[in-house]
Amino acid sequence: MMVTLSHYLTLSALLFTISIAGIFLNRKNVIVLLMCVELLLLAVNFNFIAFSRYLDDPAGQVFVFFILTVAAAESAIGLAILVVLFRGRRSINVQELDVLKG
Amino acid sequence: MFTTFLFYALSTVLLAAAVGVITARNPVYAALFLILAFVSSAVLWLLLEAEFLAIVLVLVYVGAVMVLFLFVVMMLDINVTTLREGFLRYAPVGAIVAGIIVLELAYVIWFRSDGLPVGTQLVPRDAAYSSTEELGKVLYTQYLYPFELAGMLLLLAIVAAILLTMRHRPGLKVQDVAEQVKVQRGDRIRMVKMKSESE
Amino acid sequence: MERIYLAVVLCPLIAALVAGLFGRQIGRGGAHTVTILGVGASFALSLLVLKDQWLDGAAAYNGTVYTWAVVDGVTMNVGFLVDRLTALMMVVVTSVSLMVHIYTIGYMHDDPGYQRFFSYISLFTFAMLTLVMANNFLQLFFGWEAVGLVSYLLIGFWYTRPTAIVANLKAFLVNRVGDFGFLLGIALILMATGSLDYATVFARAPEMSTQTIELWSGAPWSVMTVACLLLFVGAMGKSAQMPLHVWLPDSMEGPTPISALIHAATMVTAGVFMVARMSPLFEYSETALSVVLVIGATTALFTGFLGVVQNDIKRVVAYSTLSQLGYMTAALGASAYAAGVFHLMTHAFFKALLFLAAGSVIVAMHHEQDIRKMGGLRKYLPITWLTCLIGTLSLIGFPGFAGFFSKDALIEAVGHAQRAGATYAWWCLLIGVFVTALYSFRMYFLVFHGPERLDAETKAHLHESPWVITLPLVLLAIPSAIIGWPTIAPVVFGDYFGSAIMVREGNDVLRELAGEFHGPWAYILHAFSAPVPYLAFAGALTAWYLYLRNPSLAEVIRLRASWLHTLLINKYYFDDFNDKVLARGSRGLGNLFWQLGDVLVIDGGLVNGSAKLVGWAAQVSRQLQSGYLYHYAFAMIIGLAVLVGWLLLGA
Repeated sequence: MMVTLSHYLTLSALLFTISIAGIFLNRKNVIVLLMCVELLLLAVNFNFIAFSRYLDDPAGQVFVFFILTVAAAESAIGLAILVVLFRGRRSINVQELDVLKG
Repeated sequence: MFTTFLFYALSTVLLAAAVGVITARNPVYAALFLILAFVSSAVLWLLLEAEFLAIVLVLVYVGAVMVLFLFVVMMLDINVTTLREGFLRYAPVGAIVAGIIVLELAYVIWFRSDGLPVGTQLVPRDAAYSSTEELGKVLYTQYLYPFELAGMLLLLAIVAAILLTMRHRPGLKVQDVAEQVKVQRGDRIRMVKMKSESE
Repeated sequence: MERIYLAVVLCPLIAALVAGLFGRQIGRGGAHTVTILGVGASFALSLLVLKDQWLDGAAAYNGTVYTWAVVDGVTMNVGFLVDRLTALMMVVVTSVSLMVHIYTIGYMHDDPGYQRFFSYISLFTFAMLTLVMANNFLQLFFGWEAVGLVSYLLIGFWYTRPTAIVANLKAFLVNRVGDFGFLLGIALILMATGSLDYATVFARAPEMSTQTIELWSGAPWSVMTVACLLLFVGAMGKSAQMPLHVWLPDSMEGPTPISALIHAATMVTAGVFMVARMSPLFEYSETALSVVLVIGATTALFTGFLGVVQNDIKRVVAYSTLSQLGYMTAALGASAYAAGVFHLMTHAFFKALLFLAAGSVIVAMHHEQDIRKMGGLRKYLPITWLTCLIGTLSLIGFPGFAGFFSKDALIEAVGHAQRAGATYAWWCLLIGVFVTALYSFRMYFLVFHGPERLDAETKAHLHESPWVITLPLVLLAIPSAIIGWPTIAPVVFGDYFGSAIMVREGNDVLRELAGEFHGPWAYILHAFSAPVPYLAFAGALTAWYLYLRNPSLAEVIRLRASWLHTLLINKYYFDDFNDKVLARGSRGLGNLFWQLGDVLVIDGGLVNGSAKLVGWAAQVSRQLQSGYLYHYAFAMIIGLAVLVGWLLLGA
């Protein structure tokens, strides 16, 4: 059976769902949390590229280009924050980050 | 035919790697699973004839971002055991929310996609098609402004990351160029009147 | 003439204000002087008005003095309607009031609230005059309420006595029930005719009588019947018809002068006057008139029974008043309005006389009121005795006295009436004659004749009352005896009332009877062909036998028929019913509303509840700001899922 657009969309949906579940499950581990965010972005990229190919529009690929840029920047800064956090608290347990609790 | 098989195989690997990311005990394993996920998705993008982006994915994401992740994971001394507790307690909630989202997405894809060529086959392109060239044509003309902005964004990221993690060790003899330039003659030279010495 | 009308109303008011506000400054003498002058002037002017209306044949005066408000097309003004009915009422009210004022000088001589009393009885006179001279429903209602208020003040005049306080509250509350119906009636009339003026309403009465109103769906009632019934409820309260009669015996807690003024001659007759005044309306409703007839007759008989077993001298006269009010009401119900009003007039005189005489006896006996402790007072109080005898003879309808003419005309009119309930009413009134004579003469014999049952202390101080007390007695005894003679012909059978009272063609019993009337002498002879005078004599004879000749027989009867005696002593258990069912029920209901409605719903639910709701909402919302990163992440994801779901399902 030939692969159609819906296959790619389904794949991206499943990937998205897995990363959401990952966020729910790994509530304490900041690193895995950031990795799940990367997976989210990957799923979205899939969507864009699939649409770009099937609708014959390069705009999708341009968008992926920028998403990659932003994702890289964001993960760099995220990890930098994590490092600084770890220097202060010696732990990456998210549940201990509750000084601003309401 | 081959592409279909390739697609399914790679999809399976990708999804398995994703599951591995979220369930791995060791963060290093999680990072490695993520690298696997990225590589398999790069190959899938090759199937979609987006070669440039596939290579960029491998170079940038795997080569830079994941390496950075690994650096950080190995640098921090993480107590893994405490991080795992509560995993099973929240599994049902996570499963439910994930299930809702996947159902919604499936609903949209299968039942609400009027006007989109969801079921059509791929129209194969001729061999001279180069996605890089197509991308370049569009990027530097139509999307020039966002391109420049992306550059600024990266600069911002560099500066921010350095600024956040920079620490000053006390006692280090470092030259402060701004101070050196700011110096006046009067700070270094002091004219003194003295009688000249004789035997 | 307008100025005279105004003066009649305002003189007692000004006197009341002066005596009330400046009582201490002007002293006792000043208080009674100024009020007697005020009421005396009112009386003199009322006689002038009567002469003007009757002898000079002036037309009825209907004018506005002051327009108070105009609301949505309804004008509310203060005005006077002075016709022959009004003139008669004015003379009655002011004359009795004047007698009572003079009497009070003697009766309340030692009382610390002297000036206050005079102020109140003058104020009452003003209120009553406003009521009878009103030309619109609003002013009528104002006077109605005002007399109720002053009655409350006067019944509870000795406010340190707990029984007095309870009695005046009872009177006010029972009157309130009547007033509620009265107000509904006025409202219905306003709704049906769009006006509060008598003139407009009476002019529209014929068309109003064809309208119907659906009180509950599917059952149309004639508007006229409903309105008249409601107005009669007001009359029931004010004129103490059953079942709203319970306040009048207890009103004897007040000083005797006011029992004479208010609860014999004037306030209680306001209901009777009102029905007579509204005759253009009542004549269009057979149902209402039958109800009036039956209730009046029932009251006449059954309260008369109660009078036989009373031992307090004032209570006997009070029940007598109730019974006679029933007679008047029955006459109105038979469409014999003139007869009813005529009886009102004669009753005012002889009942006031009886009350004042009772008061004289009480004063002489040093405020002893139990008739079982009296007896043989004839020798000691001759003037009181004679005037009381005249009053009693008038009350029972002894031929020739004023009461005879009014009562006989009344009973005959009821006998001739054709409406539903007339036969029952006639039998009640007839038996009532016997009962009236029985209790009246019982009281008379036990007080003035027979063996003396006084204690020595009282006997030593026994002497006739001073002239300020006995003069009014004499002045009232004269009309009680003779006023029937000149007035029966024009008032009852003649054309005295003219357009003031309207009777429709088929109902006019008095005109039928007028055909047989040939002057007072002939009327007396004619009376002997009816059972009435024989019943009266029989009653008096029975009283003589039971209480003078063979007193032990009275005891035997009482023991044999003890169930009847108990029933009568407990006043048919009306008071018990009102207390246990209505009063306790209202208190219980109020308690229930307090606990449930006020405390639970309003305080708990609305006031405290809304505060608690805000607090609870804040508590819950606070949890959203947990400070935990993953809570915020979850919130975002769940929000996304919900939003997408909503968009998908909604679109």
